[in-house]
Formats: sequence, C-alpha cells, structure tokens
Amino acid sequence: MKKFDKNKLILGLAAPALAIVTALVITSIIIGATGKDPFHAYQVMVEFGSKADSQVWIINKATPYYLSALAVAIGFRMNLFNIGVDGQYRIAAFFAAVVGGALTMPGIIQIPVIIVVAMAIGAVWAGIAGLLKVTRGVNEVISTIMLNAIGASVIGYFLQDGRLAQKEGNLIHTPYLPDSAHFFEIPTQPKPIYGFVVIAALAGAAYWFVLNRTRFGFDLRTVGRSESAAHASGVSVKRMVITSMLLSGAIAGLVGMPTLLGVSYNYGTDFPAGIGFTGIAIALLGRNNPIGMALAALLWGFLERTGTQLEFEGYAQEIVGVIQGVIVLCVVIAYEIVRRYGLKAQQRKVGEELAAQARKSDKAEVSA
Amino acid sequence: MKGPLVRRVSTIAVAGISTAALAFTLTACGESSTESSSGGKGVGLAFDVGGRDDHSFNESAARGVDKAQKELGVQSKLMTAKNGETEADREQRLTSLAESGYNPVIGVGFNYSKSIEKVAKDFPKTTFGIVDSVAPGNNIDSITFGEHEGSYLAGVAAALKSKSHKVGFIGGVNNALIQKFQAGFEQGAKDTDSSVQVTSQYLYPNNDKGFNDPAAAKDKAKGMLDSGIDVIYTAAGLSGNGSIEAIAGQKGAWAIGVDSDQYQQPGLEKYKSSILTSVVKNVDVAVFDLIKSVKDGKPLTGPHAYLLKDGGVSLATSGGQIDDIKDKIDAAKKKIVDGQVKVRTAP
Repeated sequence: MKKFDKNKLILGLAAPALAIVTALVITSIIIGATGKDPFHAYQVMVEFGSKADSQVWIINKATPYYLSALAVAIGFRMNLFNIGVDGQYRIAAFFAAVVGGALTMPGIIQIPVIIVVAMAIGAVWAGIAGLLKVTRGVNEVISTIMLNAIGASVIGYFLQDGRLAQKEGNLIHTPYLPDSAHFFEIPTQPKPIYGFVVIAALAGAAYWFVLNRTRFGFDLRTVGRSESAAHASGVSVKRMVITSMLLSGAIAGLVGMPTLLGVSYNYGTDFPAGIGFTGIAIALLGRNNPIGMALAALLWGFLERTGTQLEFEGYAQEIVGVIQGVIVLCVVIAYEIVRRYGLKAQQRKVGEELAAQARKSDKAEVSA
Repeated sequence: MKGPLVRRVSTIAVAGISTAALAFTLTACGESSTESSSGGKGVGLAFDVGGRDDHSFNESAARGVDKAQKELGVQSKLMTAKNGETEADREQRLTSLAESGYNPVIGVGFNYSKSIEKVAKDFPKTTFGIVDSVAPGNNIDSITFGEHEGSYLAGVAAALKSKSHKVGFIGGVNNALIQKFQAGFEQGAKDTDSSVQVTSQYLYPNNDKGFNDPAAAKDKAKGMLDSGIDVIYTAAGLSGNGSIEAIAGQKGAWAIGVDSDQYQQPGLEKYKSSILTSVVKNVDVAVFDLIKSVKDGKPLTGPHAYLLKDGGVSLATSGGQIDDIKDKIDAAKKKIVDGQVKVRTAP
C-alpha cells in the first residue's frame, strides 16, 4: 500500500516537472531564435520578480486570476466547459458597481451587499446557460460564449453618460463607490496587498471542502466521470448541471471584486477584461486543484510582472505570451503522457501480479 | 486505513509548506525594485495599444522622440501596451521608466491618465507627459489637441469630394475623445453642403480594442461602401489600416486618414492613391516640445492645448488630392482660426 502511494507521488511530481523543463527548453529556443540570450532573460526575470514590490504586485495580480480559475474549475470537475466566466464577472462587477455607487451605507453592510449582488448576477448569467442546457440541450460552450458577447453589449448599452454611467475626461464609468465600500488592505512595503486575497483563499478552501468532503461534491465529480453512472445511482444530472453553473457563476462574480473594491472603485471603460480566459489556462495548469491553481495564478502573475521588465531589457514584448502558451500546452501534454504511462505501469503491475498468482497456484497444484 | 490518513497528512504538509514559502518571500527579500535607480537617461515613452508602428497616433509621438534624438542627442526607451491591460500594468510600465532614470516619462494615450497621476506622485523630480488627456499634478504636462477643428476641415473636404453626397465616419471607441473627431467632421460636412448625409459609426462602444482591430474596421468600411458612401474618415488608431484597405478596393472611394499623414506612410504605400488627406495631429511637435523643455531645465507642466491656430492639428496635402479644393479649405480654416466658426466638441 505504501509503495503504491510513493509511485503515485513520483508520477504526480513528474508531470509538472516534465512540463516546466520542456517549456523552458522551448522558450529558450524561441528567445535564442530572436537573437537574444535566454539565460540572461531568466536571470532578469528571477531578479526582478523576487523584489518586494514585485511580490506584492504578483499577489495582487494573481488574486482575480485565482478566483477566475476556481469558477472555471467547478465546471471542469463535472465536464462542463464554462467559457463564459469572462462575461459573468464583467456583468457582475458592472451591476455590483452600479448598486454600490448608488448606496451609502456603513462598510460592514455595503461591502457584503456589493459582493452578494456580484455573486447573484454572475450566478444568474451562468444559470441561463445551465437552464438552456438542461431544457433545450444547448451546448454550454456555445451558450456561454454567446452570453459573453451579450453581456458586453448590455454593459456597452448601460455604460454611457446619462444611463448608468458618468463621464470623466475620456473615461466613462459608473459613479464612484463611497469610501465606506473600500476593502481593507494588508499593509506591506512599499505598496499594500489587496485584502481580497483573504476572500480568494477562503474561496479556495471552500472549493476543496465542498468538492472533496461533501455529498454534493461527490455527486458533482460522479457526474463529471460518468453521467449515466451518476444517473443510475440516483443523482439528478439536470439539477447538478444547474447548481454547478450557478456556483461557477457566483464565484465568477467575485473575480471583478478585487479590482472594484480595492483599485478602481468603479466600473469603467478601463475595467480589466479577459480574466475569464486567463482563468481557463490557470485551471488547466493547476489541474483543478486548489493549491495547484494558486501556484499557477502566482506563476502567471510572475510572468506578467517580469514580462514588462524583459521588454525593458530589449526582449520582445510577446515573449511572455509565448511562454504562457507553451507552459499550458506542455502541462496538458505532460499530464496526458504521465497519465498514460501510469496507466500502463499499473496494468503491467496488475498483469505481473496475476501471472505470479497463477504460477503460484500452478505450483501449488503440482506439489499437491 | 492508512491511505486516507497519509493523504491528509500530505495535504496539510503541502499547505504548510506553501504558506511558509509565501511568508518567507514576503519578509526575506526586503529590497524593492524602486530602490535601484540611476541618473538621467533620456526620454521614456509608453505607447498605447498598437505600438510604435501603428502608422498613426503612436508613430507620430515616436517621430517627436526621433527628432529629439537627432537634434538634442537625447536617448530614449519606448515601450508598448498590450490589449486588455489593467491599471497595474500601466503603472508598472511608467514606474519602470521613471525609476530607471528616464526623464521625461510620457504616456501616449488617455488610458495612461490615471496611472500617470499616481506614478507622478511617487517620482516628484521626474517630469511626466500625458497625451490626449488632462491629469492633475505639479510635474505633469497634459497635452491635448484640437481634433474637432482638424476633423471639421476633413468634413469640408469630404463633402466637396463626395459624388454620392454620402460620407461616413468610423470611430474606434465611442468615448469623449473620438466623439470630438465625429462632431467636427459632421459639422464641417454639413456646413459645406447641407444636403450631404453623414453616417457615423463606432467599432466598439467602450472597449479599447477598437484602436487595434483592423479587421473590424475593414468590415465596417465595407458596409459603408455597400450603402453608397464614398468618402470615409476613420479615427481609430491602428484599426484605420483595415478601413483604408477596404476603401482602396473600391474605385472612386476616398479614405481620410488620421493622426499621421497616412499618405506618406510606407506601410500604407499600396493604398495611398485612395487616401484623400489625413487629419494630422502633431503629437510629435508636442512630444518634442516637452523633451526639449526638460533638457533645457524648464520643464513644461500643466495643461497645453495644441489647436488649429497653433499648428497642433492640420490637414495633410501630400499626394495633391485636395489641391483643387484648397481655397475652400483655407477659407474654412481661416474662419475657425478667427473664431467665426465655433467647432463643437461633442456630436
């Protein structure tokens, strides 16, 4: 029993190690092909990325990425591809900003109200896709992508002067949240860490607990493995689809909160977009594991932080995008290779054991 | 029975190790990247999306830097924004430039207005420049242009050159800045020929991708051409290349370029016979002024508007396509400069 666990651990570590080494090799070749020294690039990245303000920057950047990955991962665990996290978090953040900007209450009420509104809107937006899937059989990939576009248009309609937004120079944004709605910060030097990292960590812990330690999580994973088996054991697949889409959307609603409550205090034309897609890459990289995704989100933040510095040192700006893409590809491929290798090794082992048993019983028969 | 226990222990161990690692990274490496700065290195320029070679807005700013390099011997560092950036990315870019000792540090594009305001506070001894926006701060030079006035002249040219009496405007993003272009163009066209029909459309209601999406501009221009519009003015940064390409595909149709003299640009060489004129925004002049002022030790700060009368905007004449209507354009220009015509800044 113990030996089997050790093999599993080695296999588990082999995949990320293989992926990182391959990604490094490929990236080095690419940087080399552009006529630059790859090792100097890595040195710059490590040196710059480990500075104190870089660390703060990376953690702040990774927080929304992590939440986005969690939202995506909930779907992934039951074979649902929620591509619409991007639209969900944006529309959620937009309406949360509108509600937050219209209210003036003590922070202890105001902040939870904003967060709850965001989670509810995100859940509704994702729930539409879930409902379409169970009632009309619409593939969630199609419907969530479409809902992204619809969400962007809805925001575009309301985010205009005289509707739900106001003008400030060339920027158009929702009214500022009152000071009471500013989320707390963790005072670090030289810049503070956004307090929302705590919520992200709690969300990660809740994700782990719900999926691995509750009946609901078990049902969800069962549906992900085999719908028919889940159905046979009495799980309502339709209900699971709706519930998990709602959950995924609710978490997606949190993605915009670190920015809304900690940086911009409004939703404007400059509100970050595309985090939903980054979340997909991070969920893939972290293998839907709460700790894996946290590390992946930090890695992403690290790459983006050091990317600007690379440009500063004369490397092409696109290098970081290439590195990110290569890492995701390598991870996906490496896990598949390791999984197949592990499966084969297991089969071989079982075969050997069976053969040994057969030989033993043969011997026993002979001697008897 | 041993299996789950081992797993739980290892989960706890992993959690512990990662927490410890995080704590270590937070406390151990105390040095901040801002602490290692050095002396004056020249000008640091942060572009908006599209990069130096957008044949338009950024390129015009870059020309100012090139000129400074040639005439004043000032070194430079140019950096470019990506699509979908956040405040944090922009702040980091400006901070890296300022802390490495570049002075002035110029943010090209209104997207930088908030980040410039923040970063300028951290580096009080550095002069910052922001193009196309006004940002408060003692060490910030806010550079704006009279786009509406230049666009008015483009409207005059379009109305005179259109055979179908239908002209079009394509904006990259529907914001206050691009609305200035639209308002001026519409007014100029209507004032010249009251029967002209102006169609104004935007690529995106509120997404900066509009300045970096030539394919979308190409589609928009095709749609306009199909509806009989034969002069199209595109104010959309790099996206404008797409609409110029589409217009060049139709005989007798004219494109009006923006920001730089697009007729002169090598990248658009193939289509230049379809480029009627360009509303030139002399970002280079403003950028050069700022660099020179810093070099001379008298840095420009506060808001500076470069209008038609200051030569901040103008209508390009290269190619000679508007030579036949030169008198009428000059007359319109005189009216604006003299204050007889007030050009609206919003449609």
